[in-house]
Amino acid sequence: MTKKTKIKDLTDEEFLHYGSLSCAGCGAILAFRHVLKALGENTIVINSTGCMAVVMQMAVPKIPYFHVLFENGPAVMSGVEQALDILGKRDDANLLVVAGDGGTADIGMGSLSGAVERGHDFIYLCYDNESYMNTGGQRSGTTPFGAATSTTPVGSVIKGENRPMEMRKDVPEIMIAHNTPYVATASIGYPLDLIDKVKKAATIRGPSYIHVFSSCPAGWRSEPKDSVKLAKLAVQTGFIVLFEHEDGKRTFQHLPKKRKPVKDYLELQGRFQHLLEDRETIEKMEEFVEKRLEWIQR
Amino acid sequence: MTEEFFTGNRAAAEAAKLSRTQVVAAYPITPQTSAVEYISQFINNGEMKANMIRVESEHSAMSACVGASLAGARTFTASSSQGLQLMSEVLYFASGMRVPTVMGIANRTLSMPVNIWADHQDSMVNRDSGWIQFYCANAQEVLDNIIQAYKICENEKVLLPAMVCYDGFIISHVAERMDVLTQEQADMFLPEPNGSNRPLLDPKEPLQFGEVVYPDWYPDFEYKKHKALLESRETILEVAREYNELFDRSYGLVENYLTEDADIVFMGLGSLTSTTHWVVNELREKREKVGVLKLRVYRPFPDKEVIETCRNAKVVAIIDRDIGYGTTGMLYPDVTRALYPLDERPKCLNFIVGLGGKDVTPETIMNIYKISERALKGEEVDTVNWPDARIYD
Repeated sequence: MTKKTKIKDLTDEEFLHYGSLSCAGCGAILAFRHVLKALGENTIVINSTGCMAVVMQMAVPKIPYFHVLFENGPAVMSGVEQALDILGKRDDANLLVVAGDGGTADIGMGSLSGAVERGHDFIYLCYDNESYMNTGGQRSGTTPFGAATSTTPVGSVIKGENRPMEMRKDVPEIMIAHNTPYVATASIGYPLDLIDKVKKAATIRGPSYIHVFSSCPAGWRSEPKDSVKLAKLAVQTGFIVLFEHEDGKRTFQHLPKKRKPVKDYLELQGRFQHLLEDRETIEKMEEFVEKRLEWIQR
Repeated sequence: MTEEFFTGNRAAAEAAKLSRTQVVAAYPITPQTSAVEYISQFINNGEMKANMIRVESEHSAMSACVGASLAGARTFTASSSQGLQLMSEVLYFASGMRVPTVMGIANRTLSMPVNIWADHQDSMVNRDSGWIQFYCANAQEVLDNIIQAYKICENEKVLLPAMVCYDGFIISHVAERMDVLTQEQADMFLPEPNGSNRPLLDPKEPLQFGEVVYPDWYPDFEYKKHKALLESRETILEVAREYNELFDRSYGLVENYLTEDADIVFMGLGSLTSTTHWVVNELREKREKVGVLKLRVYRPFPDKEVIETCRNAKVVAIIDRDIGYGTTGMLYPDVTRALYPLDERPKCLNFIVGLGGKDVTPETIMNIYKISERALKGEEVDTVNWPDARIYD
């Protein structure tokens, strides 16, 4: 990574107007605020339906902003980019698509895959809060094993999301498989790292994909004050690995030297409460996290 | 003007080129494909200065057209059948965003059972998506309607998208003699693409698009869209007059043929109206008082013209190349609704024909005539008839 952003380098200018409708402790809106600070006002935002599209109403007056359908953000952006190209205005603006995990990993997968494969020059930002939070917290393709959601509730027989742990849809890896020029993961717990990655993405010709882990107190049943702490704990326990992937190489950021136990992360969230006494499952989770850390650094 | 021998799909591609379309986004589906293939060739030969987005679905095709249009470009796509259905969600998105995009539709039925041939099921089920709909009877009309559509849609009083529908294979794949405008002629009629009369995605003038509208305001938005579509009829007629002045080809919302003194008026959309013309000529030779009303524009619905034509008729034979399952053909209720306020209404019969590409032959139309004639004589006949289907008891 080139020059690292420091807090004193950040602009005081806000592109996100106060009065957004987000919940207290919303991780996604925090991510979006930082991303806009990194890109500045010369940006066109296409926002797929999701929490952001609802809370963002009239909240970004300095930036051309278009809330589109659930699944078509990348397709709309393909049109914007090709229009600007033929009109000779391509280099005028940063092009940013913002979508949640449902809009990215599930319903918008085809649209994203197509736009990336065609090589359009844009940044795709997925804020991953691991469920359909806008509709009340239903399970998505990125919901982790064990999480209780409104469609994977804790019942007397089945307790939370029960597909195999390793089967969670891993969109950054799917984007790497597309030979996307720049793929990165970030967490709202590390805003400067996120800003660096967004700035880097803006310099890339072709598509960039940034997957931002974003806590959600409403859906995770956690304390709003713990949002940033959880976003850090996810990294410190190894659940989330922060990396950049470019030219076939992966570099890591904030990789924990000594990994914290996964329970530290789980116990602050209502969605995992039913697992805390289940020693066998917790052990399996530790094993899974270890294995994945090993695999990703292979 | 040059004389050419083109298929409907070629005519659609030529029209997109002559209209100086800047962004084309399309996904292959039979029978639309060759339209997009021609455009790809034009672009790769450098004959057409446009960007082609080879999208991964029709849903994305229309999404890209909306994005490109809001970024200021003139856009085109073409589709058919299942593709149009996959795109359906985005049709409402496009008209709601008041995007002046134009789409060619090589009409084809909807599966299942699988069938790739012509009927109007695909575009008819999307008739209420807030788009202008044209129906063509030949390749010449495909070319003329697409070029005119841009001028209509981009008019700031309209700012709505348009579908130009032409029967799959029957028009899309059959070559016929036609007159093609030169680029100079097209430029004379259609100004260069210029998005300055509508809101655009522009960092220099940031605007917010696609926001939530709450119930108190929602009806106002819907009314404005509806009104724009209703009133687009005036712009359609105005643009047709201009086109006629320049190129001597006359268009209206409808086309009347020998309807003035007709007791029986046949009414329909697309290529079957040409066959009906032929049958009308035959019947007129036998001194039967029959005529045909071809609807060129189906949305906005030409109430006034339909009423004028049918006012003095005794029987109106409404020919649908589609079926509204559980009710009638889809054109039928539009016509009966338009005629309802008349004190003396003609007898309105509905004929479902040509589904899934079944040839609508002169014999089919003659069968429609025979049933209509019985009604004319005062006999009881069914309201909805399937003259070309095998009816099993």
